[in-house]
This record gives sequence, structure tokens and C-alpha cells, in this order.
Amino acid sequence: MKHIVKILSLLVAISAFWIGLLQAAIVPRSYTWLLPIYFVVSLGCYDLLMVGIGLMQFPTCPQEAVLLQQDIAEAKDFFKHKGVDVGSD
Amino acid sequence: MADQNETKGEEGKHKYSIIVPTYNERLNIALIVYLIFKHLRISRYGSWFYVADPDLIIVVCAHELVLGDIISDVDFEIIVVDDGSPDGTQEIVKQLQHLYGEDRILLRARAKKLGLGTAYIHGLKHATGDFVVIMDADLSHHPKYLPSFIKKQLETNASIVTGTRYVKGGGVHGWNLMRKLTSRGANVLAQTLLWPGVSDLTGSFRLYKKSVLEDVISSCVSKGYVFQMEMIVRATRKGYHIEEVPITFVDRVFGTSKLGGSEIVEYLKGLVYLLLTT
Repeated sequence: MKHIVKILSLLVAISAFWIGLLQAAIVPRSYTWLLPIYFVVSLGCYDLLMVGIGLMQFPTCPQEAVLLQQDIAEAKDFFKHKGVDVGSD
Repeated sequence: MADQNETKGEEGKHKYSIIVPTYNERLNIALIVYLIFKHLRISRYGSWFYVADPDLIIVVCAHELVLGDIISDVDFEIIVVDDGSPDGTQEIVKQLQHLYGEDRILLRARAKKLGLGTAYIHGLKHATGDFVVIMDADLSHHPKYLPSFIKKQLETNASIVTGTRYVKGGGVHGWNLMRKLTSRGANVLAQTLLWPGVSDLTGSFRLYKKSVLEDVISSCVSKGYVFQMEMIVRATRKGYHIEEVPITFVDRVFGTSKLGGSEIVEYLKGLVYLLLTT
């Protein structure tokens, strides 16, 4: 099944639930009308939270740059001895 | 012990074709080839020296590696797909062929810059391994992770092993805050919309079973990094087993190429395309 179909069926199911809630009036109608907005806003907030957390925990590796330079030097040295002219960056 | 021997036996039957698309990577291609040989010919080493003649390879000492157990000599070939680089990349590759052997380094060049997707397809045609590794030529992908890709695949029998920069053990160097923000935001948006099943969608350091790559690449039409996204999303949709390994990414070109508004628009268009067609 295509992904978009999956998402749309999920939305349809949620809408059916929402309409059901509207009709059954278990929760006061004024609240129920606003539920979709709450849903969208919470989803947005969740995503923003994930972005923030991800940004704070963004893994960095400064030591890798150093290691890379070492590797480059080692490789250049090897090629110099082998007579392969790699030139400069 | 029996397990290790078993693994070694299985590895003896596998060959890894490493496809490296290049354009003006005269120095980097030589460095990459050197590092691939360093990390795949001997996977447990401490201080060592490497000699091109296979009969003289000597393991000097065995340091504890992050990976733990040994991967013995891996059978591989490097396929360089050069798009007519004017800086002499192909000459360097020919010299490397002299040094390492033409069975190990294949130069399959093209006349001009024709795009990444077609470069992979071109390389695939000449691949004789049962596994294919794709990686960038600018040294942002370090060959030292190749053994961990191979090991992961052997352990899990995954169809695809993809490198991820965004988990613990991985990482990026050379990005400023803005770049990290856009990367993270793009990732969260893609996760929300596409449910891709991998943490790093735009990464291009991957190991594929050859048949799986052939299957997935034939159904992809995007360009650039959206192409990488499309590949992994289509693979997920087709139900292929995908595993991830952490990799570190040292970005040496960022700063010269700014992430502008048009890139963001391209990305969003790509997301919508993938949302609707996968």
C-alpha cells in the first residue's frame, strides 16, 4: 500500500472518531470543535521539541578532523615513496 | 572460535564492489584508495606498515579495535566512475592501478558530468561483487567504517546497511549551528511525513546487496541528495531489511557551498514527491 494511502486512512480514522465525538456529545461540543486544532498544534510542538533535542544532542566529532589529517599525511607519505604524484589539494 | 571461523569462511565467498563517483578529486581519490586498502586488507592492526605486494603484508601488532573481532582479508574492488575530470583524476587512477592492480581498481570513466544516479548505474554494470558499497570521494566518508558495514551485514543478513551521522557513535564535524539546525529540521520533517525507518535519510555511505541496489535504483528518478532519500525510502517500502551503523562525517567542503533558499525548496519538493509516490 502506498504511504500516502496509509496516512490518509489514518486521517480518515481520526476524523471519524472526531465526528463521533461531536455527535455523541460526551465532551462539550465547543471543545470538540477545537480538537483538530489542538492535534495539529501538538504535532507541531512535538516536532519542534524533537528538533530542539536533536540540536542539543547533535553528535560532533572534532577529533575526527585531526585523525583525518593524520591519515592524509600518512597516505601522502606513502605515495611519495611509491613515486605516485598526488600533487596538492 | 567456531563462530569466527564460520564468519571468515562466509566472507571468503563475498566480494565487495566499492563504487566511487569522482569529479575533480585528483588528490582525494588516491587518499581514499590508500585508506580502503589499509582498512580492508588488514582489519586488526596497531602501528603497522603496508606494502603493495600481498606476500609481504605483515600484521605488526593487534590492538583492540572498536569492532572487537577480526575480519580477515576482504575481497573487494574499487570502481572509480569519473565524469571527465579536467584536473587529471583519471591519470592518478591509472597510476594507482599500476600500484595496486587492475583487478582491484577499475576505472570506468564517462565523457562528462552526468549525475550521481547514472554514475551508480554505470558503476553497477561493471561490478563483479555480490555486495556494492557507495561512498563519496571527498573524504567525508572515511573508509575505516567499511569493516563495520561489512560486519553488520554479516551479523544481520541485512539487504542494506546505511551509515548514520545522527546517532551516538556517529557525528559531524565542520557544521555551524545554522547548518545543524536545517539538517535536524529537515530530518524531523522527513521522519514525520515519510516514516522512513532510518535516522539519516540523506546519507550516501551505504552497503547494498547487489541485487537489492539494482532493484531499488531502477525505480528512482530524483537527482542529488533527494536521490539518496528516494533510494532508502523505496527500499523501506519494498520491505528490505535495513540496518544502520554510526559513522562520522568530516565536512571539508561546507563553507564553500551555502545552504540557500533554493536548496530548501528543492528539499521540500522532494519530500512531497516521496510522500505521494512511494
